[in-house]
Amino acid sequence: MSEVLLEARDLEKRFGGVRAIAGVDFRLNRGELRCLIGPNGAGKSTFFKMLTAQLRPSSGRILFEGRDITALEPQRISRLGIGIKNQVPSVFDGIPVYEGLWLAAASRHPGAEAAGIVSEILERLDLGGISDHLVGTLAHGQRQWVEFGMVMALRPKLILLDEPTAGMSHDEVKRTAELIRELNREAALIVVEHDMQFIRDIAATVTVFHQGRILMEDTMANVQKDPKVREIYMGTAADA
Amino acid sequence: MAEIRGSRGGLPERRWWLAVAVVLIAALALPNLVGEYPLLQLSVVAILSLVSMSEGFLWGFVGILSFGQTAFFGLGGYTYTVAALNFDQTTLPLLAAIVLPALLALVIGYFMIYGRIGDLYLSVITLVVTLILEKAMRATSGSQYVIGSVRLNGQNGIPTVPSLAIPWSHGQTLDLTGVFYLSVVCLAIVYVALRLLLQSRTGRVFVAIRENDQRAQLLGYDSRVYKLLAFVIAGAVAGFAGALYGVWGNFVSPDMFSLSQSAQILIWVIVGGRTTLVGPIVGCALIEYLTTALGTAAVGQVTVIMGLILMFAVVFFRRGVIPSLGDGARLLWRHIQSRGARGANVSQ
Repeated sequence: MSEVLLEARDLEKRFGGVRAIAGVDFRLNRGELRCLIGPNGAGKSTFFKMLTAQLRPSSGRILFEGRDITALEPQRISRLGIGIKNQVPSVFDGIPVYEGLWLAAASRHPGAEAAGIVSEILERLDLGGISDHLVGTLAHGQRQWVEFGMVMALRPKLILLDEPTAGMSHDEVKRTAELIRELNREAALIVVEHDMQFIRDIAATVTVFHQGRILMEDTMANVQKDPKVREIYMGTAADA
Repeated sequence: MAEIRGSRGGLPERRWWLAVAVVLIAALALPNLVGEYPLLQLSVVAILSLVSMSEGFLWGFVGILSFGQTAFFGLGGYTYTVAALNFDQTTLPLLAAIVLPALLALVIGYFMIYGRIGDLYLSVITLVVTLILEKAMRATSGSQYVIGSVRLNGQNGIPTVPSLAIPWSHGQTLDLTGVFYLSVVCLAIVYVALRLLLQSRTGRVFVAIRENDQRAQLLGYDSRVYKLLAFVIAGAVAGFAGALYGVWGNFVSPDMFSLSQSAQILIWVIVGGRTTLVGPIVGCALIEYLTTALGTAAVGQVTVIMGLILMFAVVFFRRGVIPSLGDGARLLWRHIQSRGARGANVSQ
């Protein structure tokens, strides 16, 4: 199980003179569950967007299952098995919940099978009651669930979740943690989060981003003990 | 599965087919009821509705605002005319008037969509394409501008567009009533075909792209292929309408490519509403009827009045007449239902 699923080599992203990602080497094993933390502007979302070709790296390479995906189009990467939930929910506002999930499932499963997957997800995420509501009319938390559902319907090998619990109630956060552990049985996950309790609940390894670089990679307990991390990021959060 | 509603997939309901059939039969009965002049008007409305619908399909369902459906409309008209005059037959020229505009759409669509230019620029480029074609066509007055045996005639257009020959008869052509039947049946066929397409997997992906192109790509759909397909389909429909327009009036001219014509198409779609396929048809019929009625009533200043009507429509029917009427009907229905329910509670 220690086979490498995803690898980034010397990845860089420059916006004008700013190096949003300044040389990141990153490895993720098959079936792993990883958390990314770091202060705002550390480059976590930029990193995610490059993994899914929503942004092109300025230099460096990305390998998925040993294959170079640096120059591939987003839809090709999606079909290779990487699904992402963006920080700002990226959903289909003008169509019903059911339709959005169906579009996700139908992108790689034939009609009847897709319908089955949708019913399963509606049940699992408890969205059945609002399946005919327009996504745009839902509350922020529910829109997050819909996007979650769409990513699940893709049955990806690697799931990227950018702040999955933002705007969720306490109960919803707990359900999300459960769901992530469940999903981890079939897929590897990388989760960007700020909620320390949530990270302690789900994570094995934590990667700390700081100013476009990886500062350290360790268990949550060790990361929280580290003086450098406390200085740049955890100072206030650990006390809270 | 019973509780899962809201899917747009599957085949249309039976009552939809029934409605289409009833409207079509009623329309086909019209020649027995009205005179030649209204029939002529209705024919051109049906033909222009095809262009209007092609724009509504593209803009309302795929999210591509083409300002230049007239490029394909005009090209279709000229293709039919030039081919029919050269080859002395009309069936293949009618097909050519679908194929050639579709090819033009394929080429310019490819560069726009695969070049990843923004939506706004796509609108501007389509407008520029139709204006270039208009200018080019207006500049063909000289006797050197000949295709085969046909002079293009510049500004003046070609007033000798052949009527459509009925393939299985010998030299018989479609008369005024025949053109009416043809236009209405073609409109119905294209409407049904687009409806079925929109309910297929492909059509549902169109709507997904309209809603969120990026998300569609992240789900694994190559949105460029879908957009290009939609653009080509809309171009083919508009081209076909152009040929029918030539057949209808036995006349094609550079005005078919003009800014006023292309703006008018957008106005039909805005007034009728772009979130349904029927909306653009109704918008076209409504505006054309009003234009004619105001013109014959000799009120003068038809353009000013049409402008006021457009403003009125945009302010009061934000989503267009047909979707707004739909919303109104739904509200009324809910109101009646809730009153009914309250009445039932009281009686208990």
